[in-house]
Amino acid sequence: MAAPHETLDRPGPQPHPEEMTGAEIVVRALRDEGVELVFGYPGGAVLYIYDELDKQEAVRHILVRHEQAAVHAADAYARASGRVGVALVTSGPGATNAVTGIATAYMDSIPLVIITGQVPVALIGNDAFQEVDTVGITRPCTKHNFLVRDIRDLASTIRKAFFIAASGRPGPVLVDIPKDVTAKRCTYQYSEKVHLRSYRPTVRGHSGQVRKALQLIASAERPLFYTGGGIVLANASEDLVRMVRHFGAPVTNTLMGLGAYPASDRQFVGMLGMHGTYEANMAVQHCDVLVALGARFDDRVTGNLSHFAPHARIVHVDVDPSSISKNVKVDIPIVGDLRSVLAEMNEVVLESGMRCDPAALERWWAQIGEWRARHCLHYEMDENVIKPQFVVQKLHELTGGGAIVTSDVGQHQMWAAQFYGFDRPRRWINSGGLGTMGFGLPAAMGAQMAEPDSTVVCITGEGSIQMNIQELSTCAQYRLPVKIACLNNHYLGMVRQWQEFFYENRYAMSYVDALPDFVRLAEAYGHVGLRAERPSEVEPVIREALRLKDRTVFMDFHVDRTENVYPMVPAGAALSDMILV
Amino acid sequence: MRHIISVLLENEAGALSRVAGLFSARGYNIEAMTVAPTHDLSVSRMTILTQGSEEIMEQVLKQLNKLVEVIRVHDLTEGPHIERELMLVKVHAVGADREEVKRLSDIFRGRIIDVTDRSYTIELTGTGEKLDAFLHALDPGMVIEVVRSGASAIGRGAKGI
Repeated sequence: MAAPHETLDRPGPQPHPEEMTGAEIVVRALRDEGVELVFGYPGGAVLYIYDELDKQEAVRHILVRHEQAAVHAADAYARASGRVGVALVTSGPGATNAVTGIATAYMDSIPLVIITGQVPVALIGNDAFQEVDTVGITRPCTKHNFLVRDIRDLASTIRKAFFIAASGRPGPVLVDIPKDVTAKRCTYQYSEKVHLRSYRPTVRGHSGQVRKALQLIASAERPLFYTGGGIVLANASEDLVRMVRHFGAPVTNTLMGLGAYPASDRQFVGMLGMHGTYEANMAVQHCDVLVALGARFDDRVTGNLSHFAPHARIVHVDVDPSSISKNVKVDIPIVGDLRSVLAEMNEVVLESGMRCDPAALERWWAQIGEWRARHCLHYEMDENVIKPQFVVQKLHELTGGGAIVTSDVGQHQMWAAQFYGFDRPRRWINSGGLGTMGFGLPAAMGAQMAEPDSTVVCITGEGSIQMNIQELSTCAQYRLPVKIACLNNHYLGMVRQWQEFFYENRYAMSYVDALPDFVRLAEAYGHVGLRAERPSEVEPVIREALRLKDRTVFMDFHVDRTENVYPMVPAGAALSDMILV
Repeated sequence: MRHIISVLLENEAGALSRVAGLFSARGYNIEAMTVAPTHDLSVSRMTILTQGSEEIMEQVLKQLNKLVEVIRVHDLTEGPHIERELMLVKVHAVGADREEVKRLSDIFRGRIIDVTDRSYTIELTGTGEKLDAFLHALDPGMVIEVVRSGASAIGRGAKGI
């Protein structure tokens, strides 16, 4: 790390409001929100803000090489730390480049504040240089957005943006600031409280519903907990573990929820969904009570909706009422913050001593044991060819399971999810909702900034890594010791897999030709590049990468080109219709 | 089923496009949409005429409520309510037709608000059904132009939404 994080004295409300420029207000408001890091890229419309950032040290700015990466890095910083991530970009192309990052954060409900420059108020709507309708473009992919036309609204708008981003169901909030607004002067007052008459998220769950839900769970013979990213976002992992252990029921996590329940625990049956385990998907299809916590019944989770969990009565706890009964009709809905609701559930359980019938549970676990015996994640080792799953398992082993793992999108993402075995929340950072290739490397930078002392591994593929490869330069500038593990199979592997299964082996455009020499490319950026071509080279390469604690290391693993991700539920099939190895 | 939804929202730039964008992005049907400030100038009231199954309507209401600038959402079709729409119709009116159009307009309690030697412009308020019926009663060849406001609606009784 280039410099340790400074701790902040939050000035709080001042008795005598000071007069400042708009740019000073922006920087001061960030300080008052406790922001330590901003990821961004300068340009004409934000020059006053950059000028102010440069005059102080409390808010540190990280210069990326592409605005998309600024937003991904801020996003991963938020995911790893639980705080609001901040990105700063200029107008026009700065804002449009940021859109993929914003949409990624929106789909995964990540709290971000994105500040975009805009052309001066008088030029808005005139097709001015570097002008786009940023609030128009980002309206469908932000939780909310603002255009600040009047400097008197600037401080309160930034305050509102942070409040909206972090409360309720979190999400990205964009503040578009015209250049002339950052140059004008106005008094600054930081308001401690935000009042929005039209925005009041529900925190506490309905107590009657909580009791009904617990009675239903206790009456179950085949209960199953199905938990998602909401547990991670609400920091409710400990409360979840307490409840699941109390009932002694199996638990499955979504892709976004991995780590919320320890993967090494006996009650964990693995991830569910399209590439979920056999036992998790079978448990969904056979359970009689399904307890969905902070999960949204995404199509990659449910498979064919009309065949989803056919025998189950469903409890659903979510902070967002619109997630409830959106895809699957729910029997007991509870709207509320998961930490608050689970704490209340645990309290009621403790005082009432409700339990499931032990004999029924025993039968249920025996059935799950039979499903587990299929060893659905099994793969055959090969003496000469590296299996991608083996690389992930070795990464887990040699990092002691304690790394923060970011990923891109595709086969490597699924293998990382299946084989890394996350025991803690906020250690698995991936683009689950939008599925954004190019997320992994900038995300690793943001995570490393949030946790300078943790090992951060970016598991990627040769397709995804090239979508934001320029960030190797950012890693060099800030000496970010991220470890890139590229599962290089010379194919857009997931595309290739679908073409093999569903398009009669016609591999249209999925072969990645003309690949760079990644080792030399890493070296050109001043990093260390390592290559493994045989299974015996995997462990030495990982050990060497981990030994180089303060270096960015690119590990290029030449893996089996035609390996597939199993199990697989074809799109539109029932969860029980899995393709197994 | 047909629903009339009243939405109270902050009277701010962009609020209308948030609602319109929500309907198009999620593929909800909009038959008509009207919006104007209320007696409190900081609040606009929007009336949306839409169609959809019970499940879709539940989502429409939840998604509208989720918009940060939306203060209150109410499905007026859940209870007794009054619905009115304004229509202006310009028709050819020459010879015997002039008397016929006048008579028809009276039957529907319309008012003729502009007259030339070849045309009448009629103002008519009522439910959408009544306006449809009036148009139906006219000879289609006579109609020059039709402007409809979209429905406005309010709940019956002493209480507001």
